[in-house]
Amino acid sequence: MSAVQQYIDLYHSQQNLIADHSSPVMNALRDEAVALLESRGLPTLKDEEFRRTDIESLYAPDYGLNLGRVNIEINPYEVFRCDVPNLSTLLYFVVNDTFYAQAQPAAGKLPEGVLAGSLCEMAKQYPQLVARYYGRAADMKRDGTVALNTAFAQDGFFLYIPDGVVVEKPIQLVNILRGNVDFMVNRRLLIVVGKGAQAKLLVCDHSDESSVRFLASQVCEIFVDDDAVFDYYDMEESSENTAKVASVFVRQGARSNVLVNGIVLHNGVTRSNYYSTFDGEHAELSLCGMGIVDKEQSVDTYTFIDHAVSHCHSNELFKYVLNDSARGSFCGRILVRHGAQKTEAYQGNKNLCASPQAKMYTKPQLEIYADDVKCSHGATVGQLDQNALFYMRSRGIPEAEARMLLMFAFTNDVIEQVRLDALKDRLRQLVEKRFRGELAKCSGCQACR
Amino acid sequence: MLKITDLHASINGKEILKGINLVVKPGEVHAIMGPNGSGKSTLSAVLTGHPAYEVTRGSVEFYGKDLLALSPEDRSHEGLFLSFQYPVEIPGVSMVNFMRTAVNEQRKYRGLEPLSATDFLKLMREKRAIVELDNKLASRSVNEGFSGGEKKRNEIFQMAMLEPRLSILDETDSGLDIDALRIVAGGVNKLKSEKNATIVITHYQRLLDYIAPDFVHVLYKGRIVKSGGPELALELEERGYDWIKKELGEI
Ligand SMILES: Nc1ncnc2c1ncn2[C@@H]1O[C@H](COP(=O)(O)OP(=O)(O)OP(=O)(O)O)[C@@H](O)[C@H]1O
Ligand SMILES: [Mg+2]
Repeated sequence: MSAVQQYIDLYHSQQNLIADHSSPVMNALRDEAVALLESRGLPTLKDEEFRRTDIESLYAPDYGLNLGRVNIEINPYEVFRCDVPNLSTLLYFVVNDTFYAQAQPAAGKLPEGVLAGSLCEMAKQYPQLVARYYGRAADMKRDGTVALNTAFAQDGFFLYIPDGVVVEKPIQLVNILRGNVDFMVNRRLLIVVGKGAQAKLLVCDHSDESSVRFLASQVCEIFVDDDAVFDYYDMEESSENTAKVASVFVRQGARSNVLVNGIVLHNGVTRSNYYSTFDGEHAELSLCGMGIVDKEQSVDTYTFIDHAVSHCHSNELFKYVLNDSARGSFCGRILVRHGAQKTEAYQGNKNLCASPQAKMYTKPQLEIYADDVKCSHGATVGQLDQNALFYMRSRGIPEAEARMLLMFAFTNDVIEQVRLDALKDRLRQLVEKRFRGELAKCSGCQACR
Repeated sequence: MLKITDLHASINGKEILKGINLVVKPGEVHAIMGPNGSGKSTLSAVLTGHPAYEVTRGSVEFYGKDLLALSPEDRSHEGLFLSFQYPVEIPGVSMVNFMRTAVNEQRKYRGLEPLSATDFLKLMREKRAIVELDNKLASRSVNEGFSGGEKKRNEIFQMAMLEPRLSILDETDSGLDIDALRIVAGGVNKLKSEKNATIVITHYQRLLDYIAPDFVHVLYKGRIVKSGGPELALELEERGYDWIKKELGEI
């Protein structure tokens, strides 16, 4: 049986159970999603955009799914030791793929009109609002993983910032993976930032250091309306037994400003897709990310920025450091559509293979159908600068320390993009710890230590 | 302090140093001159332990220790310093972080506690003054975007920070304007004592006008072919190298 068939069968046999434990708005898209899955399947290694991650093999194991929404006995506050302690945030948890309602900031802590919480519950309480956005950015035809997520996702996180509202405090969502059997979760994030509104969201991924395998499928839709400003930080600090397949879809209104920063500090196998479309003119997107991978870990990033209208500006920078036998891949597509004049699009992907066995694949793809644009791309794969290494050693800096300083320096400009000082400081510490080998596994959960 | 005996070294299988002999004692200043490509920088790289070079024969003793058996970092900890002919740019590593790590690693090697942040910054300020290094440079990444002269000044600043017992200055004068040459040479002189020694690699007498050598050596085709006092440098300035080549029977 192919990997996908077991999900199709599961869906048909558990359709009611899935629907009963979710909301009508989310249920409305399931049949179409499954039909797509049946007709197109999951991506394979033959698909140009998926050549570096064997999606089918990630989906092939017989994972457990919590379709009946059985309560998981866990107090995330006890399990989760916040890794960004100087950061005073409004903290929310999603355990596996269920929003953890017992522990969340009092509603009074949020500005008037802001909604934050369980996607499933919000979709029941505010069906019209959620239906206006749910599934509207995440194109199920993109690839089978999005369709599969849409077919099975029952809950997740919903954030709504009404027009003109500025949320000063960063909002933090912590995803925790736990299980006693091989386990799959289908999480869904929906974020709506109204006209002229402002907010920052930090999503952290942690997983249990158990012997079971996890597959985390996550689809995140972000709608940023005209003149709004939104930061989205995604930090993975999971364990080697975790596979994560995540897609982020961004829609940006006129003059909006969005920062997306995806950081993989520790992981197993990670495939991240970032899709972004400019719907209004004079919008700006900063799309960046970094990853530190070693051992047998792999990180595979696909980005697609659609300059559909004129006068928009995108700046893309991804940096990866690979050690041991780690694998990395970056494919960055930029489409400047006909008539999207005065577009500025810059892309950079720089990689450091710090060991001879590490491998990195990088592929820029620029398609430009307008003539009055400024676009550039650059991709490099290099080793540590031997001259710099010797220069430092000649000053008495031990080789290991010198290597660490160089690797740290390499990732620094991605950390510099962070627009939250406390997070920036914390990230520097975490990255340094990571390079020193002191962050050999997920350190976010007490359960992991 | 330094005793080089019959030193042979090669890079990529090509022999560059072909039997160097040199003894340096505390308090001495040695100048090494010689035509381009004769092996002067190779000698400094071999002494400081550049991994690209292979020592095929000979020995180097530094304060009684087998220098060649030490890692580059330990050679530094033992008090050896090289002012690079071509200082390396290290984007993303700040001068402050770089220097703090270097100083504290040296202290660790000597069994001392790391310097406190205030003491370290005080030390930076003091030493910066010696070569009049702009504070702006000290707050940037190591050598990144520094002009040629600024890089050389930065080398001597690092030397001041690390207080080596033996310094090798590889063409520290090249790229310096007249005023900078005076300042940098003045800095080197300030750091001089009867306990430490300096090897000055240069093509020109003008640096030796400031840093007076006790001995002058001519390195040619991987060997020291002539040694003498300060007058040898003056003679080279006047006559070039042809007369030496003639003495060697090459022309
Ligand atoms: N990687 C290498 N492979 C082969 N030959 C090399 C390599 N590096 C240096 N050399 C050669 O070694 C010789 C000595 O070079 P070195 O830099 O030591 O000369 P130098 O005396 O310092 O010259 P200059 O006065 O120009 O600074 C030169 O002929 C140079 O071409
Ligand atoms: Mg040289």
